[in-house]
Amino acid sequence: MTLTEKLRERISRAFYNHGLLCASYPIPIILFTGLCILACCYPLLKLPLPGTGPVEYSTPVKDYSPPSPDVSLQQGDLSERPDWYVGAPVAYIQQIFVKATVSPWQKNFLAVDVFRSPLSRVFQLVEEIRNHALRDSSGVKSLEEVCLQVTDLLPGLKKLRNLLPEHGCLLLSPGNFWQNDRERFNADPDIIKTIHQHEPKTLQTSATLKDLLFGLPGKYSGVNLYNRKRVVSYTVTLGLQRYDSRFLSSLRSRLKLLHPSPNCTLREENIVHVHFKEEIGIAELIPLVTTYIILFAYIYFSTRKIDMVKSKWGLALAAVVTVLSSLLMSVGLCTLFGLTPTLNGGEIFPYLVVVIGLENVLVLTKSVVSTPVDLEVKLRIAQGLSNESWSIMKNMATELGIILIGYFTLVPAIQEFCLFAVVGLVSDFFLQMFFFTTVLSIDIRRMELADLNKRLPAEACMPPAKPVSRSQRYERQPAMRPATPHTITLQPSSFRNLRLPKRLRVIYFFARTRLAQRLIMAGTVIWIGILVYTDPAGLRTYLTSQVTEQSPLGEAGLPPMPVPGGVLPAGDPKIDLSVFPSDPIQLSENQTQQREQKSGLESLTEVTWGPEDEEIWRKLSFRHWPSLFSYYNITLAKRYISILPAIPVTLYLNPQEALEVRHPQEANRYHPFLAPNSGKLGAEAQPDQASSKLQGHQDVTLYKVAALGLASGIILVLLLFCLYRVFCPKNYGQNGPSHSRRKRGDLPCDDYGYSPPETEIVPLVLRGHLMDIECLASDGMLLVSCCLVGQIRVWDAQTGDCLTVIPKPRLRRDSSGIFDYQESWDHSPDGKNGLDDSFENSHQLKRMLSPPQPLLFCDQPDLTSLIDTNFSERAKVAESETRLRAVGSRQKETGYDFSSLVGKAYEEHGTSSNCGNFTGLSAPHGRSLGDESFTSSPLPAWGGDLESSVWSLDLQGNLIVAGRSNGKLEVWDAIEGTLRSSNDEGQSGITALVFLNNRIVAARLNGSLDFFSLETHTSLNHLQFRGAPSRSSIPSSPVFSSSDVVVCQLTHTVSCAHQKPITALKAAAGRLVTGSQDHTLRVFRLEDSCCLFTLQGHSGAITAVYIDQTMVLASGGQDGAICLWDVLTGSKVSHMYAHRGDVTSLTCTTSCVISSGLDDVISIWDRSSGIKLYSIQQVGSEAAARERLRRLLGFSGPH
Amino acid sequence: MAESDAMPTLPKKCGPYISSVTSRGMNLVIRGIVLFFIGVFLALVLNLLQIQRNVTLFPPDVITSIFSSAWWVPPCCGTASAVIGLLYPCMDRHLGEPHKFKREWSSVMRCVAVFVGINHASAKVNFANNIQLSLTLAALSIGLWWTFDRSRSGFGLGIGIAFLATLVSQLLVYNGVYQYTSPDFLYVRSWLPCIFFAGGITMGNIGRQLAMYECKVIAEKSHED
Repeated sequence: MTLTEKLRERISRAFYNHGLLCASYPIPIILFTGLCILACCYPLLKLPLPGTGPVEYSTPVKDYSPPSPDVSLQQGDLSERPDWYVGAPVAYIQQIFVKATVSPWQKNFLAVDVFRSPLSRVFQLVEEIRNHALRDSSGVKSLEEVCLQVTDLLPGLKKLRNLLPEHGCLLLSPGNFWQNDRERFNADPDIIKTIHQHEPKTLQTSATLKDLLFGLPGKYSGVNLYNRKRVVSYTVTLGLQRYDSRFLSSLRSRLKLLHPSPNCTLREENIVHVHFKEEIGIAELIPLVTTYIILFAYIYFSTRKIDMVKSKWGLALAAVVTVLSSLLMSVGLCTLFGLTPTLNGGEIFPYLVVVIGLENVLVLTKSVVSTPVDLEVKLRIAQGLSNESWSIMKNMATELGIILIGYFTLVPAIQEFCLFAVVGLVSDFFLQMFFFTTVLSIDIRRMELADLNKRLPAEACMPPAKPVSRSQRYERQPAMRPATPHTITLQPSSFRNLRLPKRLRVIYFFARTRLAQRLIMAGTVIWIGILVYTDPAGLRTYLTSQVTEQSPLGEAGLPPMPVPGGVLPAGDPKIDLSVFPSDPIQLSENQTQQREQKSGLESLTEVTWGPEDEEIWRKLSFRHWPSLFSYYNITLAKRYISILPAIPVTLYLNPQEALEVRHPQEANRYHPFLAPNSGKLGAEAQPDQASSKLQGHQDVTLYKVAALGLASGIILVLLLFCLYRVFCPKNYGQNGPSHSRRKRGDLPCDDYGYSPPETEIVPLVLRGHLMDIECLASDGMLLVSCCLVGQIRVWDAQTGDCLTVIPKPRLRRDSSGIFDYQESWDHSPDGKNGLDDSFENSHQLKRMLSPPQPLLFCDQPDLTSLIDTNFSERAKVAESETRLRAVGSRQKETGYDFSSLVGKAYEEHGTSSNCGNFTGLSAPHGRSLGDESFTSSPLPAWGGDLESSVWSLDLQGNLIVAGRSNGKLEVWDAIEGTLRSSNDEGQSGITALVFLNNRIVAARLNGSLDFFSLETHTSLNHLQFRGAPSRSSIPSSPVFSSSDVVVCQLTHTVSCAHQKPITALKAAAGRLVTGSQDHTLRVFRLEDSCCLFTLQGHSGAITAVYIDQTMVLASGGQDGAICLWDVLTGSKVSHMYAHRGDVTSLTCTTSCVISSGLDDVISIWDRSSGIKLYSIQQVGSEAAARERLRRLLGFSGPH
Repeated sequence: MAESDAMPTLPKKCGPYISSVTSRGMNLVIRGIVLFFIGVFLALVLNLLQIQRNVTLFPPDVITSIFSSAWWVPPCCGTASAVIGLLYPCMDRHLGEPHKFKREWSSVMRCVAVFVGINHASAKVNFANNIQLSLTLAALSIGLWWTFDRSRSGFGLGIGIAFLATLVSQLLVYNGVYQYTSPDFLYVRSWLPCIFFAGGITMGNIGRQLAMYECKVIAEKSHED
């Protein structure tokens, strides 16, 4: 036990120190981690990329013999030999590469003549090949014996039945288009149409029939109408079953003999073996995709729990990066130590991520975020880390244990998985500790900075509010609520906005999540990814050919062209290019002209062979061979084919031949040039026009698809835009949704609990007052209430005990003296104590919970005054901040309930009462009846003989300040119930009070403001501090010991602060804000009572005002509007129509404004955008009834 | 039934949609449907895994269907998962011990991923013999329960489901509806109970998570009142 404890403490301390380190040097540590990741991932470069691309292996032609099928029998250097190179290949591929041209070219030839006669020679060539036989000593060997015999095509390919050989040798040539029948070819009026009739209509990336039969990419064939090179290329592809070197070499030499290629430099040394991997079919893909979907759902649900940070997205990204790079590191490290992964990386990856998990990262974030915000960032990180150290270590040990158990299953696959997982876990831990913690510290610091920026002005004019040290926090736990991050926790539920119709909610959901946009985006990305991934070769060749064709410098500017040279034999291309560098049509025209001048009617074309003709099959799509063989139901998956060096064949055709094979219809269609000069341009143009139509089979499909895609994209965007405009509110925008979502993502740990603990809170009932409560003040520790008869009670907010009762002054009504019921208030002039209660805590907790009730002296309902608080609950839940916040929000609700409760109780009797003549007494700023008369000076009528009622209260430390209706200001000791000081310099009743530090501001009925300062005659040595001595430099609100002499001195008076009675008064951050019935707000400086701003914007009397440390001012008026102001500049930030009827109270958090109104609605607004986030309809109509009653009686509450 | 008691207490202010969602019967139906579809989906995906490895053999004529398995498999699995998913929270309620362990969607997703992983392993990993395979899967399933459930009731129910489902599949194979390539446990593979157990735990986890919403709605409703 003790060992565990010791270990625990040690771990905790280590984590604490580590946290300090990380937060102190974030940048170096992140750099260090990045270097580590890169270093560990370096071995990954050696790994082959996962994919289905074919793998090649070359062996020399000389002495080639098929590898033996038995692995163990293989001799020689096995290291170079890939493991798939075993046994005979599926087939040997022999290509006979033909280049043909009509030479010399006569200029009155048609465009079709470029390829018609060269193509016609293929029949002859095929015959030659077919009939080739090797005669030697062992007899006659014909092609039939060595070639790959194919049988039926797949049943689904009826269309191709006539085009692909169905029986006998696998011999493919362009002649297959005409069933290897010369007559058919000659009778064919439109060759290009025949060739293209089987091209797919849509963009397809796999091999097409044209590619299959031509044996080389369509771009290189030269069979089109604007082939300016006039060289046609095609191949005759031969599939061989067995490798017979003598037969093949005899074929080669015979063909070379028949069709010599004098300048051919093709190398013929190597046989290339191409191994095809297993194709991933849909069936295999579906489980894979499912696991990935689950993985993404997991990541999504995990990262959405990150909250209370500056950038949610940043941290989520960091979390994902942490996990991913730990996996990469794990693979890299394993590779480094000699373990090569044999598992399919794509398949096990999601499971690895799930095993490693994001939990630790989330726990860390949560722990750090829940540390007290007023600590230094370093300390927060360190504390958060050390809080969770034990559980992190425990979890990691458990996981390692489980994985180690898995390692001993002795199944190789599982062992490998476990190995990766273990290394991944360790590296993940490393990254969490170094990378994520540091990122988190940066994030927290950014948040802190943002807060600081907001708070700076406040601190500039204020005695700086300092971080409260720890010892003292424990001392005053309940009051110690961190001021800044007030966040309202709302029940996350899809049923919150109960009044929205379903239709709208669906649309809102779409709009909020931008679902459609995201889906489209993801779809596009996936589509592009699939395109790029599945056929990189095809796409790339396609693109390069597109570029070269369309580029004006295409022919000369890009030397590695399929058929370079031999193109412009007669003219001088350099001169042409220098003269007309950018116009291909002019260029060709010019060439022809030059050619014409030089060689009259003819131009010679020479076929050249260059390095680019080497292994022309490489330019084919890598699906070429698999798809060819799949037509015959032969799979190449996990097998290989051997591609023999191509046999070059060069064909020169003379013009006569070209003319002979010309089809009569072609001569008509492609009109021959009549006049050499004038017709030339037309002839050039005409084939171009024709080609633009016919050649389109290749290009137009792409353009069509692109245009369609573009159009549909535009339409979709427009549609979405319209939807957006129609369905989204005008000010829907930047901040609202993200805030609301953050609210929803703010899930406290008990969010999913079966029994939410909040519902068990029972309000504390404070009984003691005999009359209605007039006013109420609290600082979290104490609660002061005053009932209509003037009795002031002080309650302990935690226990609900009544600590002090200050009796009604009525008992001593006849005594003219004011202080006579206080015996010994001025006896012992003593020192004062500093109370540490930082006022930002107290002023936020303090709420005027009860709406004041009319004073009715006669026919008073026999009420037991009820004050409900639930402050005591706070002690229970103070340890968890999230709960604290939850209680904070509940506190508000119960407060409201309480007021309605009292109101209801009152209502039963109020209607029967007829005490309208007392209204003026208790309604210092009544608005309906006799308003003006009261404001002028209502008080002299009653003088001082009537006992005065308490109109306002405030509490700080152990002092209660009470403002009376006769203008008297009294300072009471809360604990002892003695009057400490009094000031009756004012005549007009005090409607509102603020007590801050040692300053008291009283607002009077006549609209004037009095600034008092509370001075203690400190004597000698009674200076004590309840907090740590180190904080002595920090000014804090005083606690006055009972022996002090407290003098309340009027320092300033603003005689005419407002034209009408002041109804709301708040102070914070060195500013005092008054709201009045004259529809204006004023901002004063506390020190010198200088009026800084007059804020106009309400169209009714101000009823509620809120200001806090961050200098944000919110005000609500009788017009039901809420205005947010910037106190620094005095400008209105936003204006919201909040309620039908008065705004009764108002408070703010960092992101929200919460208001309640007479319409029984509590609304929560987004502070920055002014959008209503939620509204809570109070059930019941008490408030409405109360409002009616009030109007009837001409009352209105002070707030 | 409890549903009938709950009905009249609905606040009148709610529209028909909200009240229908918040009513318990409706909620039950919705949950059942969701669970059914999850079950169907998982059945399709996992069946695909098994078929690829020729673990399960269906008569050849049904293979031609697009789902590459018999038509009755997904609905059966869907129904079973709906029943299991509703049974778990129901049992929690009746036992009076609400399940509080790791009640988050991320945890549920993790659970599902591990379940798919177990299936994956059973289909794709080459084990030396069947005993080893079964033992490994059993350990994995128990691990799944320990990681994501940890309730005794869940364990018991999982065992019961595994037993029942194995029995049913034995009967099916016995009657020749389908068959396994190399049966080693009477007519079926010996790892089948482990898979069923893990599946039961997973569906129970999902069902409990879905039931969470009902709880929340009801809690909110009472809060409203």
